[in-house]
Amino acid sequence: MIRFAWLQFRLQAAVALGALALLAVMLGFTGPHVVHLYDTTVATCATHAKCSSAITAFQSSFHLLQDLGILVIVVPALIGIFWGAPLVARESETGTNLLVWTQSITRTRWIATKLCLVGLASMAVAGLCSLAITWWSSPFDRVGATQFPAFSQRGVVPIGYAAFAFALGVATGVLIRRTLPAMAATLVGFVAVRVVVTLWVRPNLETKIHTIAALHMTPGMGFDQSNNGPISVVGGHPGDWVFSDHLIDKSGHAVGGNFFNQGACLTNRGFAACVGKLREVLVYQPANRYWVFQWYETAIFLVLALIFGALTFWWMRRRTS
Amino acid sequence: MTTALETNELGKQYGRRWALHDCTLTIPKGKVVGLVGPNGAGKTTLLHLAVGLITPTSGTIRVLGGRPGDGPSKLAQMGFVAQATPTYAGLSISNHLRMGAWLNPTWDGDLARRRIEQLGLDPRQKTGSLSGGQRAQVALTLAIAKRPDLLLLDEPVAALDPLARREFLQGLMEIVAEHDVTVVLSSHLVADLERVCDYLVVLVTSHVQLAGDVDKLLASHHRLSGLRRDPRSLPASQHVIEESHTDRQSTLLVRSDAPILDPAWTVTPVTLDDLVLAYMGQARDAERAPQPRMSVIR
Repeated sequence: MIRFAWLQFRLQAAVALGALALLAVMLGFTGPHVVHLYDTTVATCATHAKCSSAITAFQSSFHLLQDLGILVIVVPALIGIFWGAPLVARESETGTNLLVWTQSITRTRWIATKLCLVGLASMAVAGLCSLAITWWSSPFDRVGATQFPAFSQRGVVPIGYAAFAFALGVATGVLIRRTLPAMAATLVGFVAVRVVVTLWVRPNLETKIHTIAALHMTPGMGFDQSNNGPISVVGGHPGDWVFSDHLIDKSGHAVGGNFFNQGACLTNRGFAACVGKLREVLVYQPANRYWVFQWYETAIFLVLALIFGALTFWWMRRRTS
Repeated sequence: MTTALETNELGKQYGRRWALHDCTLTIPKGKVVGLVGPNGAGKTTLLHLAVGLITPTSGTIRVLGGRPGDGPSKLAQMGFVAQATPTYAGLSISNHLRMGAWLNPTWDGDLARRRIEQLGLDPRQKTGSLSGGQRAQVALTLAIAKRPDLLLLDEPVAALDPLARREFLQGLMEIVAEHDVTVVLSSHLVADLERVCDYLVVLVTSHVQLAGDVDKLLASHHRLSGLRRDPRSLPASQHVIEESHTDRQSTLLVRSDAPILDPAWTVTPVTLDDLVLAYMGQARDAERAPQPRMSVIR
């Protein structure tokens, strides 16, 4: 059965391989240049002022290729739509399921083989894509404030996304039995789950850390205020995923208004004393949780993939023909 | 064991609709069986149940002494050509044969290649570019190269033009002559099957209206015509299947194992077509009006 599954899959596999090769060539040729640029500008800058301008210049290089990170997000969706949804739905639509299910092979083995072959290929494609992008982008990630914004485009999570998207697509196809509606439903389902996990699950994979401490000014730290509201701290905690970071005074009230535009704060000499009275209220996920979160989220999506795989088996047995 | 297929009060329900209901029939081994019935009689459902594509809602079905679709060995015993003879449009004929070889332990590769050659088909050709007749032949080749004991064909010629129809049925007859295989082919037109079948099953709304050897069926049915008379005056051994009357004349189709000796009748043999239509009409009339009625044609 594996040979027949491959016979049906080889064209799609070739397309994926071609796209991966193209990506590898583009990134392979430019990757060393990125590293070189990093080594000669950012890595060798001496003072803080010099460094921030070097980083800004570095970050604006290779703009088009930096945007390729989107690929890592899109590829799992494409896999779900074009590999998952039609896997069984197209057979039902063209009636070829009646042909293949009446060969001397049980339907369970048929679907198991296809799920394994194309499922593993999906994970491999997403994994390689992520590996290439993660490698190429690593100098940019090093200079960025935190790795968390590009979380979905790096590391191992795309493998989980691809497995889930594929399994969701297959299950939808088995249920709906028509290719186009199954593709649409897969896209909607995949995007919905990704959004829910990104917005509500990922920030809480581990309990957020709350700290209240005296404000220490560090290089790169700044203040931000919108509409004369509370003042928040920016850039104070490189690498961490900061959810909120604002200032309170000794009595515990949020600092806002024109605090920095009056009295001692306006003078260079008085500034240290002015901010020395403040405390910083910080809610964040520390940088060292990045890989823990990667594995957690991958595990979540792999479990979802297994659930939809099991549903596929179950529906294949129940919704016969 | 002499039965190829046996069902008992077999039923299949989709939602609230019964596609097949209370169907009891027996199909003997070694026959070429025509399964005839109007559209919606449940022929496709019955065949899908027989090959294990679907499972019954009620009743039982046994094929070749076992449960349909019960593991690879039972599947290997059955050949199936589905309605509209589906094949993978993007795969070549030789890839289809490869599929057959990979998925069937009993695959006869020589037979398959020889048949494709005889049909004058290029194995490299994709089945999507074949004509309906050619595709049907490829589907038949796939089914027969499994070397099945029971070959089921669901309306295999319905979509074919008359020439392709004849060629397909000729191919089927050659297979039957060469191999020891029981064949069941369904159609809503008996004319398609007349030349190939030696056993007939007429299915109307899930119920078997008529089943038997074609020769015996033809020998035991007669068309009588003569002066108008009440069919109830016939001897008890003669069962009226269909009757029509004009002012003066009566024409009856009767079943009788004994010869018709009454000189008042002109007796002519019936065709299979007449027979099937008569039994289908009888079933329909029974459904519309429970009490028998005389139809008068003026």
